[in-house]
Amino acid sequence: MLIKFPRASDSSESEVTPESLYLSRRSLLGASMAGLAIAGLPAWARAAEASRYADVEAGSPPAWFTEKLPGVRWQAVNVQGEAITPFKDATHYNNFYEFGTDKGDPAENAGSLPTSPWTVVIDGEVGKPGRYALEDFMKPYQLEERIYRLRCVEAWSMVIPWLGFPLSALLKAVEPTSRAKYIRFETLQDPKHMPGQRSGFALIDWPYVEGLRMDEAMNPLAILAVGMYGRELPNQNGAPLRLVVPWKYGFKSVKSIVRISLVAEQPQTTWQKIAPDEYGFYANVNPTVDHPRWTQARERRLPSGLFSPNVRETQMFNGYAEEVASLYTGLDLRKNY
Amino acid sequence: MRYPLFRLSIFVLAAVWPLLWLYQAWIFALGPDPGKVLVDRLGLGGLIFLLITLGMTPLQRMTGWAGWIVVRRQLGLWCFAYIALHLCAYLFFILGLDWGQLTVELRKRPYIIVGVLGFLGLLALAVTSNRYSQRRLGARWKRLHKLAYVILGLGLLHFLWIVRADLKEWSVYAVIGVALLLTRVPAILQRLPRFAGRKSGSVTKV
Repeated sequence: MLIKFPRASDSSESEVTPESLYLSRRSLLGASMAGLAIAGLPAWARAAEASRYADVEAGSPPAWFTEKLPGVRWQAVNVQGEAITPFKDATHYNNFYEFGTDKGDPAENAGSLPTSPWTVVIDGEVGKPGRYALEDFMKPYQLEERIYRLRCVEAWSMVIPWLGFPLSALLKAVEPTSRAKYIRFETLQDPKHMPGQRSGFALIDWPYVEGLRMDEAMNPLAILAVGMYGRELPNQNGAPLRLVVPWKYGFKSVKSIVRISLVAEQPQTTWQKIAPDEYGFYANVNPTVDHPRWTQARERRLPSGLFSPNVRETQMFNGYAEEVASLYTGLDLRKNY
Repeated sequence: MRYPLFRLSIFVLAAVWPLLWLYQAWIFALGPDPGKVLVDRLGLGGLIFLLITLGMTPLQRMTGWAGWIVVRRQLGLWCFAYIALHLCAYLFFILGLDWGQLTVELRKRPYIIVGVLGFLGLLALAVTSNRYSQRRLGARWKRLHKLAYVILGLGLLHFLWIVRADLKEWSVYAVIGVALLLTRVPAILQRLPRFAGRKSGSVTKV
């Protein structure tokens, strides 16, 4: 048998965007054109609008979400020359340890999580603390579609079209005091619906906590997402409200948020607490700083096939250096990983 | 050859899994990252075969049936085969055949180093598993093949070091491994329950 060892510089067949994805890109363009045309029609006529992305499972969106859909700014941010990960993969290959540590566990176990009604608490160093029902919390914001690369710390990656609004808009609305230096997020703790939180062997101290520096949170790329692929978030992807910070490893993008606090001190985040030598507070995607146990120089872009490992170079700040590099000038990223 | 049917069924049972997984990957039934799934399953399969292999001697002691010992070598070789495939899958799917990166990994990653040491141990056992080597090495053969216990330790350590947040699965294998090692302690070996009256003084040579 002839075994061919390709050179690193060779581009292989696997790197060619599959025709179906290429075509779906076209249908996406077509759909957005159609969307423009349809936007003028009354709501009842729109009900039959074809799904924007291929093979998207219909959800059961809350009323407030459906009301916001016509006003969405589609493709407000896009990625150049990248195929969007199929919906099935983005929703059946997840790290959401509250529902189990296997990639398929969240899709299997998250279905029963009640996401409506949902309450979000805003507290800490803010002028306007409060407890909000999600529909009230969402009222001021127009949704935008942000198509972002997602790079997991485990060295796999996807491209996902999120629906959300800039985190900076929320921060302005809650009026941070001068003492607010960091923002802290907390995921729901609900062992009844989250089997992972019942595991006696979990190293995680629930609830899951993440955080950002204020200037990071104010960066226009940082969003709070409530939907993806033109629909509301599936439970396994962090319904009903999650963070998306595309220049950081996926674990920073905390899911199913119930509490947002503005704080003076840098919050201790979940992964930092478990293994401080492996996961830092910043967790910026950085091909030059390895995870102690594996390299971060490359990533597997999913879906990958049996004969197409689809391994590619990881980009600094996941390709968002232009937008975010200035946040870290003067900071030693080897120490502040 | 004794127990041909038993041997054959073990062979078929062991061979069928990688073929099934390959088929599943082929029809996209392993999800978006089939390479990673193959790497994980082959590695875990290798560990399971090592545990089964180490379970044969105590089983023989307890039941007095010589068949367990007859398949011990085959099971050990299956462990080696799975780990060899695990290594190939890692090189192909995770490293993307980047040999330069392999040297980096070999220098920097403790779990890779431990894994490779375990593989080299298995390789040594596999190449000396034939009757010719048994004759050539004589008494040293037995000592050499005690390496299986070291390999088990290396394998469990390799596994432990890739765990990110939940130790449950690892603990199950570790407990079984420790239990099997304990059966080698003479005092415990004497106390193992015997289900068959037959005396099993001499371990049958395969």
